[in-house]
Amino acid sequence: MRKRNKRTKVENIVICGVGGQGIILASDVLCQMAFLAGYDVKKSEVHGMAQRGGSVITHVRFGNKVYSPLIEKGSCDYMLAFEKLEALRYSEYLKKNTDIIVDNREIPPMSVLVGDAEYPADVEGTLTKSGTLHLIDATKIAMELGNRRVVNIVLLGVLSKFL
Amino acid sequence: MRSLLSGNEAVARGAWEAGCRVAAAYPGTPSTEILENITKYPEINAEWSINEKVALEVAAGASFAGARALVAMKHVGLNVAADPFFTMGYSGVTGGLVVVSADDPGMWSSQNEQDNRHYGRHAKVPILEPADSSEAKEFTKLCFEISERFDTPVLLRLTTRICHSSCLVDLGKRKESEVKGYVKDIKKRLVLPAHARALHLVVEERLKRIADYSEVFPFNKIEWGKKTLGIITSGVAYQYAKEVFPDASILKLSLTHPIPEKMIKRFARRVSRIVVVEEGDPILETEIKAMGIRVTGKDKIPLCGELSPEILRASFAKKREKNTPKAKVPPRPPVLCPGCPHRGVFYVFNKLKLVAAGDIGCYTLGALPPLSAMDTCVCMGASVTNAQGMEKALGPKFSRKLVAVLGDSTFFHSGITGLVNAVYNKANLNLVILDNFTTAMTGHQPHPGTGRLARGEQGKRVAPEDIARGCGVELVKVVNPNDLRSTEEALREALDYEGTTVLVFRRPCALLVKPRPPYAIDPEQCNGCRLCLRIGCPAISLIFPGGREKPLALVDESLCVGCGLCVQLCQRNAIILTKVQDA
Repeated sequence: MRKRNKRTKVENIVICGVGGQGIILASDVLCQMAFLAGYDVKKSEVHGMAQRGGSVITHVRFGNKVYSPLIEKGSCDYMLAFEKLEALRYSEYLKKNTDIIVDNREIPPMSVLVGDAEYPADVEGTLTKSGTLHLIDATKIAMELGNRRVVNIVLLGVLSKFL
Repeated sequence: MRSLLSGNEAVARGAWEAGCRVAAAYPGTPSTEILENITKYPEINAEWSINEKVALEVAAGASFAGARALVAMKHVGLNVAADPFFTMGYSGVTGGLVVVSADDPGMWSSQNEQDNRHYGRHAKVPILEPADSSEAKEFTKLCFEISERFDTPVLLRLTTRICHSSCLVDLGKRKESEVKGYVKDIKKRLVLPAHARALHLVVEERLKRIADYSEVFPFNKIEWGKKTLGIITSGVAYQYAKEVFPDASILKLSLTHPIPEKMIKRFARRVSRIVVVEEGDPILETEIKAMGIRVTGKDKIPLCGELSPEILRASFAKKREKNTPKAKVPPRPPVLCPGCPHRGVFYVFNKLKLVAAGDIGCYTLGALPPLSAMDTCVCMGASVTNAQGMEKALGPKFSRKLVAVLGDSTFFHSGITGLVNAVYNKANLNLVILDNFTTAMTGHQPHPGTGRLARGEQGKRVAPEDIARGCGVELVKVVNPNDLRSTEEALREALDYEGTTVLVFRRPCALLVKPRPPYAIDPEQCNGCRLCLRIGCPAISLIFPGGREKPLALVDESLCVGCGLCVQLCQRNAIILTKVQDA
């Protein structure tokens, strides 16, 4: 792949979801793509207690020169969310024109399962105020393809249209 | 060749390139992948040790014998390994000895936020702090060189954002290091008081020589920008400083103990204002202030928590930014996985209203609702000894409602000493070992109970129940934790028994076994009683379908692994198999 020299700005991509959904693999694939395209790349993720079905976020940044491995809040260009509530949780990272690519899927956290909290209503409405929402039936597409675990690649496919 | 490496992968690569011969570690986030990646290099004799003290002593022995050796651990692991660490500072090395400490600012996966740069100062050992994976690899190699040149162990200090961030790294070739062989030298290695007194003088003199080296160390460097603002920084904080203050002059420190005082003074003279940007404690700041230089630091930048570009920016913003109202989002803490073999044991703890002195591992999640079945968590192995202390204070009647609970890997790490202590001191300790055949939380590393070694090859298996019997525990049982009735019976028997007891609840981690066919709810039978919700399984939820008087339980078949725990709770046989289950 050839480097597109015009990209002087650093691209900031937040990938979030629930531990175990294949988020880290998705960020690995994305980073490899940026690396092969000739960009400087940084990625940041968390392991251990932060996984185990908990909320997960990884930061991917690429451009001509990248310093911080962390994206600043309010400066994410693209968000890839594997679950609607998790998109909302990290909405502080969004800016006005962020493309928010979200799997149309709800996974209730334990507090909702046991009835201590409610799954927020109208996640789409809230996200639309923060950026451009692209709601994708990614899990459904993955199941139709025969393996629900490929949902990460389905979402990456959507993102590739924008990059 | 270039490759995208995490900080941990880069340290492993650096060790290999440096000709490292021996590596040892105990898994702990965020350090685990260092040894995991080292096992990919056949030239390095790598082992998972049972704890960090053991790991450091193994590496120290290799160094005594003249081989380059590396030991890796998370920050709290260095507390466990502190004893040999301090003395190795006196003894010095023959083969280069690198001690990697991975700190966890923000406590993503830790019980405290200690800043292990204090350890280098405390043990009088030099510290290197890389700012990305590329430096992590380079500095690992430099650590070996510095170690041998100055006859000292070297502390390579990482943080979560170094360990688990990736960037492009230039790969080099391995340069074999010579194993110098063992030469007797008791004045260095047998630190009885007479030898240690002489060694302390050597240590102090050595620090002065390293301080001189720090002045010329190529990665302690000034990047000149505008002279109105000078930033002194180290580690990942350097990256945040570059992001937030792109025009400032920056003094990036990499060999951060001992600091290059002359270089700092030179820098200070040429800039009008100095900000020390460091994550964690004001360590550089305190030392620079002690040199008589006025700086801004922790009076602006938060000491607690992880640093980030936006926190750094906000620390110096003229106007407080308006707080944008945060979306109200229910938290999603980590949970015990569906099918987790620990779940049944915690359910019974809760049912019997036991006080549970807890420990560190996946099972610490048993403290969260609805299981709410753990009372304490201090450090590795403390469940055993905390429980013993509670009984000492409150008497044997209290111990009939008291258990100590820890995992198999934690038992080997530092539960055994507490168990021997309890037997010897005639405690009514009820020890529960949750044996899932792995070190699960850190990503399934083997330990003595698995009988497998670091590269998956066969080792010698050590069974927790054999250790218990061997040290004199009279009531020892191995129980299947997915059988709630046996679990409760075994616990009741242990609690009533006079003397120390050990119950090993044995079943492999749910992530390591093939899922069985999922269960489903029979809506005809389910009356929405919520009993099945009490085990806190992420696969079970309650829905309120229209046209139905009572709520209905729902099993998410994509999450259910068919462990059958919920089936044992349901009084109406409403949880059923729809597919044939393999025997």
